[in-house]
Amino acid sequence: MTEVLAADGRPLKASLNRALRRQKLRALALIAPLLIFILVSFVMPIADMLFRSVENEIVSDTLPRTVQALESWDSSSGEAPGEAVFNALYTDMALATEYKSHTRLGSRLNYELTGVSSLFRKSGRRVKRFDTDVYADAFRDADPAYADPSQWAAWMGDDTVRAAVPVTAATYDAWAKMIVEVDNDDPAKEEPWDFVYTSLYNEAVAGASLPVAVDVSGVEPVSLREQFVEVDKNWLDIDVWQTIKIYAPKYTNGYFLNSVDLLKGPDGAEARPESERIYVVLFIRTMIMSLSIMGMCVLLGYPIAWLLANLKDRTANLLMILVLLPFWTSLLVRTSAWKVLLQQQGVINDVLVWIGLVADDGRLQLINNQTGTIIAMTHILLPFMILPLYSVMKTIPPSYLRAAKSLGATDWTAFWRVYFPQSVPGIGAGCILVFILSIGYYITPELVGGTKGVFISNRIAYHISSSLNWGLAAALGSILLAVVLLLYWVYDKIVGIDNVKLGG
Amino acid sequence: MVEDKSAFVAFERVQKSYDGENLVVKDLNLSMPKGEFLTMLGPSGSGKTTCLMMLAGFETATHGDILLDGVSINNIPPHKRGIGMVFQNYALFPHMTVAENLSFPLEVRKTGKSEREEKVKRALDMVQMGDFAGRRPAQLSGGQQQRIALSRALVFEPELVLMDEPLGALDKQLRETLQFEITNLAHELGITTVYVTHDQTEALTMSDRVAVFDDGRIQQLAPPDELYEKPQNSFVAQFIGENNTLDGVVQEIKGDTCIVKLDSGDIIDAVPVNVTKVGERTRVSIRPERVEFNRDRLHDDAHTLKAEVLEFIYMGDIFRTRLRVAGTDEFVIKTRNAPDQARLKPGQTIEIGWMPEDCRALDA
Repeated sequence: MTEVLAADGRPLKASLNRALRRQKLRALALIAPLLIFILVSFVMPIADMLFRSVENEIVSDTLPRTVQALESWDSSSGEAPGEAVFNALYTDMALATEYKSHTRLGSRLNYELTGVSSLFRKSGRRVKRFDTDVYADAFRDADPAYADPSQWAAWMGDDTVRAAVPVTAATYDAWAKMIVEVDNDDPAKEEPWDFVYTSLYNEAVAGASLPVAVDVSGVEPVSLREQFVEVDKNWLDIDVWQTIKIYAPKYTNGYFLNSVDLLKGPDGAEARPESERIYVVLFIRTMIMSLSIMGMCVLLGYPIAWLLANLKDRTANLLMILVLLPFWTSLLVRTSAWKVLLQQQGVINDVLVWIGLVADDGRLQLINNQTGTIIAMTHILLPFMILPLYSVMKTIPPSYLRAAKSLGATDWTAFWRVYFPQSVPGIGAGCILVFILSIGYYITPELVGGTKGVFISNRIAYHISSSLNWGLAAALGSILLAVVLLLYWVYDKIVGIDNVKLGG
Repeated sequence: MVEDKSAFVAFERVQKSYDGENLVVKDLNLSMPKGEFLTMLGPSGSGKTTCLMMLAGFETATHGDILLDGVSINNIPPHKRGIGMVFQNYALFPHMTVAENLSFPLEVRKTGKSEREEKVKRALDMVQMGDFAGRRPAQLSGGQQQRIALSRALVFEPELVLMDEPLGALDKQLRETLQFEITNLAHELGITTVYVTHDQTEALTMSDRVAVFDDGRIQQLAPPDELYEKPQNSFVAQFIGENNTLDGVVQEIKGDTCIVKLDSGDIIDAVPVNVTKVGERTRVSIRPERVEFNRDRLHDDAHTLKAEVLEFIYMGDIFRTRLRVAGTDEFVIKTRNAPDQARLKPGQTIEIGWMPEDCRALDA
């Protein structure tokens, strides 16, 4: 096919593109503020949250040497790791204590194993006072060069020394970095700390050639393992070391396993003890309750929407204001109002007792359980069902019903075969709105749900604001998001998303 | 009123009010024999659609009886009346295919599947839409939708079909084709049809009889030719076709002719229609095409009027000439475009006249 040319001889396509470019740029400029806003306030936080659900750099960042040393440890041996691991742990802990990151790591690992937090806190306090000062003294006594900060700095700048004592060099570097970053001092004027000498001693014992030869055979070795155990016996607990080893990688599926009541064991996923399982139940409850709320909204909203769509405009507008009235009231006020109504000494129970439907000692439990949550949330989400239903019903001309009746259909057949199918897009839109809103609802279940009527979102909020286990919160949130997307997909397959209308 | 036993559809003293203050339909009496094609014609708000809706059962009469085949149907719900109806916007169910739309009235009547399919096929063939059974209404053009709506109203073989301005949304050419098709179908199948329209051409070309509605009453009920040529009152004369009117006073009545003295002082001949006595004010009506300006074609003793040509419009098949006659500038005459036809020039003065029977003295 020959290319079509514009009047000036350029290809028509190029001319058209050029003509449209200005328009496109202007359109883009118009949506840019919103686009940027959404990107910054919506897409990025979600992406960050999703990332947090697998991110786990804290262990390998805080205990890099320990993690490396643990690689050779066999967790199934039944024995706590040996001296080498504790040596690495000593250096890591000494540095972490200065950075104050050992408590954060403690809290992180405490999510997986209770007690780790206090173990780290305690060890952090004591790690500076370990008996390793004997090594430092031995070196300094043997040769004053070892007490000279500038000499240390010179050695560590010398490649032959670094090649001879690589571990010490690395330890010194980490220490020097810490001195600069935490204390704002010059490492060349500070005497290295005990753990640097410990590394040097260990390498000397192993036969490395020291910058200035020192005979260390006379120095009594200090068992760091014993030192740690002295601080806390839990350092001999295999579970502690297993936990550290399992969570050593930079990325973990541990949060997700936790979210579905599994446990990340040494050999992969394990079932959690029955008494610790809560999330799967909570997910299922959230689904079922959201579906019930959605169903209630359809049942209550459909007749109202029908009425609104078939009344005269004046009356319909008045009723529409009543439908929208809840939006003008604070969510908290509405929910609290339900507390007044639903509690056992509340209005509804009082009326039921007064009528005689319910005995005074058998007052209904309407709040702080699932019933309370469903009642209050149905009320709050009802407008989201009525509005799309109304706008769709408004577009169905009454002549369809008349036509059906004139063709011989009874009122019910006319409704069911002619009117209802045409209102399905509205039901679809309303259901999606209500379901998605309710699945992530948080305030109302928190206030009227008690313990049995709370949603997964309440748990997420707890992990975000109370337990500060953001990784787990992120994993729970990601699962929730995935479930919603899955349901959306299923809905699309069954009903078809083109069949969803918010109006027109 | 004596009940007409031969009537298939009858309105007896029917009144309808929506608000309890105004009557939309005032004392309506109408009877239709079986097989008749009757059109209710009138301006909007004249009560014609309300009458149709009462017949269909979507509105209830405030007073009076509506009889179908001699039985009062006032209390029968619409779905039991067995009346086919075609709506203005077609009202084809958008979520069903054409075939499903057509089989809907049969399904609700619990017709067997094979019989249903056969009837649907026959009804579609009847309107030449046999190939469109699987389409959805949205995939059809307006004319096609109208055909489907028509065949849906006929598929369950009702004896009475109501049509509420069914061709209103179509273009002129299609409307004319369908007018012809609808009348043919109605006569072929022998169904009784009540057709509502505000288009007088449609009413005249399609109907056996036309009921002209105004102000909640039937102003005249007559076959099209009678309606056009012998309007019973000024409203009908004005509403149907083009019409020249002149106001005056009856000067003399002698049998089937009368002499009217116009307000301008001119004297003309007319047929007394609803004038009864001398001295009564009247409005005479003359169709534009019955006005003659060739003196040779008029009676020797016929009264004539002086006229000044104001405007000459060439319309192809006819010439339309606007004249100043007896004090009005809106007097129009129509002449056929024939080789020997004179083409009048503005400013020219002519003398016009007519056969006395073409000029009707109506109510003022």
